[in-house]
Amino acid sequence: MQRFSGLTLLRRGLSGQRGWQPQWRRAEPKPSYDAIIVGGGGHGLGAAYYLAKEHGLRRIAVVEKGWIGGGNTGRNTTIIRSNYLFDESAALYDHSVKLWETLSQELNYNVMFSQRGVMMLAHTVHDVQVSKRHIYANRANGVDNEWLSPDEARRICPLLKVDDIRFPVMGAAFQARGGTARHDAVAWGFARAADALGVDIIENCEVTGFLRDSNGAVAGIETSRGVIRAPRIGVSAAGHTSVLLRMVDVRMPLESYPLQALVSEPVKPIFPCVVMSNTIHAYISQSDKGEMVIGAGTDAYTSYTQRGGLHISRHALEAICELFPMFRRLRMMRAWGGIVDVTPDRSPIIAKTPVPGLYVNCGWGTGGFKATPGAANLLAWTIAHDDPHPINAPFTIERFRDGELIDEAAAAAVAH
Amino acid sequence: MLLINCPYCGERPEPEFVYGGQAHIARPTDPRACSDQQWADYLYLRDNVKGVHNERWRHTHGCGRFFNALRDTTTDRFLATYEVGHEPPATLKGAHS
Ligand SMILES: Cc1cc2nc3c(=O)[nH]c(=O)nc-3n(C[C@H](O)[C@H](O)[C@H](O)COP(=O)(O)OP(=O)(O)OC[C@H]3O[C@@H](n4cnc5c(N)ncnc54)[C@H](O)[C@@H]3O)c2cc1C
Ligand SMILES: [Zn+2]
Repeated sequence: MQRFSGLTLLRRGLSGQRGWQPQWRRAEPKPSYDAIIVGGGGHGLGAAYYLAKEHGLRRIAVVEKGWIGGGNTGRNTTIIRSNYLFDESAALYDHSVKLWETLSQELNYNVMFSQRGVMMLAHTVHDVQVSKRHIYANRANGVDNEWLSPDEARRICPLLKVDDIRFPVMGAAFQARGGTARHDAVAWGFARAADALGVDIIENCEVTGFLRDSNGAVAGIETSRGVIRAPRIGVSAAGHTSVLLRMVDVRMPLESYPLQALVSEPVKPIFPCVVMSNTIHAYISQSDKGEMVIGAGTDAYTSYTQRGGLHISRHALEAICELFPMFRRLRMMRAWGGIVDVTPDRSPIIAKTPVPGLYVNCGWGTGGFKATPGAANLLAWTIAHDDPHPINAPFTIERFRDGELIDEAAAAAVAH
Repeated sequence: MLLINCPYCGERPEPEFVYGGQAHIARPTDPRACSDQQWADYLYLRDNVKGVHNERWRHTHGCGRFFNALRDTTTDRFLATYEVGHEPPATLKGAHS
């Protein structure tokens, strides 16, 4: 691996950017591996990286039906925070935020993690009470989160209009350690670092079935590029998890919905933090390129189309124009959708499946980018030990049978 | 935005409707006789089909009635809508998954 540093950038810059090597090999599938990860998003690539780095596995493949990072990893609004209500969630998401804090150094790749703060607006008495409950619960769990009055919120984000609007801002919760990162860089950084440890990254390779041995354990995959054998397989396929698990007759507590985002034309730096409103449903931050990045809601119905209804994004833009009247004159450049896998309690699943040797990381729904390094790290642990790490132990498939839901759905109503 | 053909009122825009999830899931008649797994299946497990999906809609801002639909989740195209208590149209039944 060609390492990046200020010096190498300068040297290549002065020599016309020649001499850079591809950042990962274009691998051909081998007949067998020690472990296979299905899905080349940030979660899957990260799991392969941690399997090689922390658990010493060497013969690992990531198989991706399209191109790496082409799924939700490359389609999300990149909000990162860990101020979730329940103890299990706070531990899980904060594990991830801690990994984010050193990820660029760890991967020798600038993932542009920026702890610019995430502000979550409260517009009703109920919002205020729920936000404060979150703040107290977070503090008890050692997760930073503070209450801001409308004036304090405006001091951090001067563009925010707090009164004379349909739903005046009554205050906000602010997590200063939250922020954003560059989504593509996360996929590429993990891919490059995993490749350097010998991981084969196999693109344009769709999994179409699973091989089982005589005991019913998983033994490999059937793909559009032939059969590949492995005794341990991790599925990290976001919106397509139900489709894959169906191939081994496992029904998942998941439904797949389109979720949309939009970006505006680029403008000068004007927006210092992330602002989210669950009540009037809009999310906004500014990318380092200057675009305003805006998140909308999910469509009402399940779908695999990777596009959503226009009335959904229109609704988000109406909320943005209300909160930030100066954005009324911004033009939107692009809009797109991704397919998110939603669980009944809006918490993820990182667990063993009923099929021995088959593991799953899914159910991140509308909010799993923030969890990329954490989920990847815990999926790798679960595969290596054939047992979950204490942090992901509560996030099973069986929690729905056993009545042990981690009900962030009821806690937040929406979760990005 | 989808155009949805309510079997009672005809074609109307999507915001008049509320989605009701997978169709033809019957509540167990005696919940106490169910195992935990059977009850969890009823509450939480869905087919989440990539392809033709059997689903319920309610024409909330219209006639107010529930009805069933067959929709292809890879295109969002409706193949049929039909009244509650009926099976999907026979010609499309093969697609019922
Ligand atoms: C519009 C939008 C906004 C979002 N905003 C946020 C946000 O602000 N903050 C946040 O934390 N989260 C957000 N999310 C959620 C976040 O994007 C996801 O939870 C996260 O990126 C999931 O990562 P992943 O690696 O698991 O999935 P993906 O990146 O989707 O990777 C899964 C991969 O599996 C591949 N695959 C599927 N089936 C097969 C098969 N049969 N064979 C081989 N490969 C297969 C897919 O092609 C895909 O590349 C948002 C999502 C969307 C769509
Ligand atoms: Zn009607």
